[in-house]
Amino acid sequence: MTDVLSAPLVVEFPFTRSLGPVQSAFLTGLRERTVLGVRTEDGTVLVPPVEYDPVTAGELRELVEVAPTGTVTTWAWNPSPRRGQPLDTPFAWVLVRLDGAGTALLHALDAPGPDAVHTGMRVRVRWAETRTGAITDIACFEPYDGEPGPAEPTPHTGEFTDPVTRIVAPARLDYVHTPGRAQSAYLKALEGHRTVGERCPACRKVYVPPRGACPTCGVATAEQVEVGPRGTVTTFCIVNIKAKNLDIEVPYVYAHIALDGADLALHGRIAGIPYDQVRMGLRVEPVWSGAAGGSPHPDHYRPTGEPDADYDTYKELV
Amino acid sequence: MRDVAIVAFAQSAHRRRTDELSEVDLLMPVLHEVLGATNLKANEIGFTCSGSADYLAGRAFSFTMALDGVGAHPPISESHVEMDGAWALYEAWVKIMTGEADTALVYAYGKSSPGQVRDVLTRQLDPYYVAPLWPDSVALAALQAQALIDAGATDEPALAEVAARNRFAAADNPYAQLTGDVPAGGHLVRPLRTGDCPPIGDGAAAVILAAGDTARALCERPAWIRGIDHRIEAHGLGVRDLTDSPSTRLAAQHAGAFERPVDTAELHAPFTSQEVVLRGVLGLGDDVAVNPSGGALAANPIMAAGLIRLGEAAARIHRGQSDRALAHATSGPCLQQNLVAVLEGESAHA
Ligand SMILES: [Zn+2]
Repeated sequence: MTDVLSAPLVVEFPFTRSLGPVQSAFLTGLRERTVLGVRTEDGTVLVPPVEYDPVTAGELRELVEVAPTGTVTTWAWNPSPRRGQPLDTPFAWVLVRLDGAGTALLHALDAPGPDAVHTGMRVRVRWAETRTGAITDIACFEPYDGEPGPAEPTPHTGEFTDPVTRIVAPARLDYVHTPGRAQSAYLKALEGHRTVGERCPACRKVYVPPRGACPTCGVATAEQVEVGPRGTVTTFCIVNIKAKNLDIEVPYVYAHIALDGADLALHGRIAGIPYDQVRMGLRVEPVWSGAAGGSPHPDHYRPTGEPDADYDTYKELV
Repeated sequence: MRDVAIVAFAQSAHRRRTDELSEVDLLMPVLHEVLGATNLKANEIGFTCSGSADYLAGRAFSFTMALDGVGAHPPISESHVEMDGAWALYEAWVKIMTGEADTALVYAYGKSSPGQVRDVLTRQLDPYYVAPLWPDSVALAALQAQALIDAGATDEPALAEVAARNRFAAADNPYAQLTGDVPAGGHLVRPLRTGDCPPIGDGAAAVILAAGDTARALCERPAWIRGIDHRIEAHGLGVRDLTDSPSTRLAAQHAGAFERPVDTAELHAPFTSQEVVLRGVLGLGDDVAVNPSGGALAANPIMAAGLIRLGEAAARIHRGQSDRALAHATSGPCLQQNLVAVLEGESAHA
């Protein structure tokens, strides 16, 4: 257990999604403090609206406006709000059927405690101060004891000036990644500028980087083997497009390199030789980055000056 | 139509964390065990299909790493579903039914420990109206539980009994993560208490399917799949009646579950309230052994827990403890998608 590395891993992305005509009208409506639904073939008003009938799959386009007041159809008290949720104080999750709607919308209800919430209670929308055309334009619901809205929704064109046509939904998930025993050992060896692979007990092949299993035999690999540091270029390509945030002049060469003693080629950049002189069979050695705290991986590989390897010595690894 | 059976099942010990194991480390012993039970070599399997989810690992194409464990070189016939392994089993069943394979290896695994599974599961929700609110998996299950309470279908003490009965049953299951007396605990999201919710854990499972005489040769008492079907409901939670599960009912009907009574039911109900819904729609009486394994309340390796229900039901048939068993798997919030299979052993008197 103590030999296993772990590190924070954050997966974060802004998910940009385009909206169809119905979702666009609904989310633009929220920006304008107007709640729209869509009428299905059997007359039910769906809020939030969708483009296709959940029962018949028929296309739905008949938009209507419903009230910003409604009734809780079910609820759940959330004592410990989590990141990203609508309120950062304890609140109730609620399904709310707005007056005039036939279905319920999921959102949060701001209430002092669970005793203040019950199914059937009356609530109204609390609008967010800044609205952009997103479900979060409804900040939350709040208790409401005034008059109900009209039971019959009113027709709406769904047309607004400057309609919202897409949303950006940011997502972030936090992990603690543990690569497991085999890759931990590999990464630790790299810190000492050594490369270790693992030998398959069945076919005797040495895999590098090791992943703990032989993909041919489907058995665990455990025997550690030090490979390299020198190796042979088995195949390569010339990169002509500069990658964002990568401080390497183009063109440069990216190659598969079979380290001596390994039965699988790994890949790395070739430098210290003009890009158009790199060739299959070229003998290379790793150059480690001098920067303290930098990447533990070799920065690149350079020619050793040895004669090229004979094709037969690496043809199985191409 | 071909007869197809589950002929072997294996699972890992499910644990809260398995930091020392990569996904393939977690999976490999299970694969070796299930292959060993049939004396098949990986390269003798006609089709391989797996279920898992990249969001659990936080890495794209994470299932390709696990493929090393099945010996995928030289090339094999292989497929993957980004959902519970029960749906991978369905794909494998189709492959055998169409005559494209005689045997299939189905496996599934999930490591929930690296991330926050309540948050991770929000990424399967409607991205326009629901996911931006980050309603976690317990919150959505709690809405369903409250709907059931309001409808008079259950109450908090009855839900606690569901949890207790499952975890008591799990005392006989050496692979289970939570067994015996588990405190009801405080409300995680009211009305659900910690005891109403599944443990978070890591685990893997695998089964082997085979057709006709191949199945008979590989297993003394194959668990024949007499019917299997899966159905899905509208993704809008407010469109559905959360106290009902019409998709389960329809899948069960198509699988032939209502033709004759079953003696065993393995239900994939990670939350106590979901067992209430499923028992209702499946019409399971008190004479049916429901979740003798302890179910997902005792061990819930996400993406494998549904496949385990099929495996546990089949294993009871293999051991002669059941003649006709129902297995159910679910995916998505509040029982959105449901798969039902009916498994039978050949009658001892036939
Ligand atoms: Zn091997």
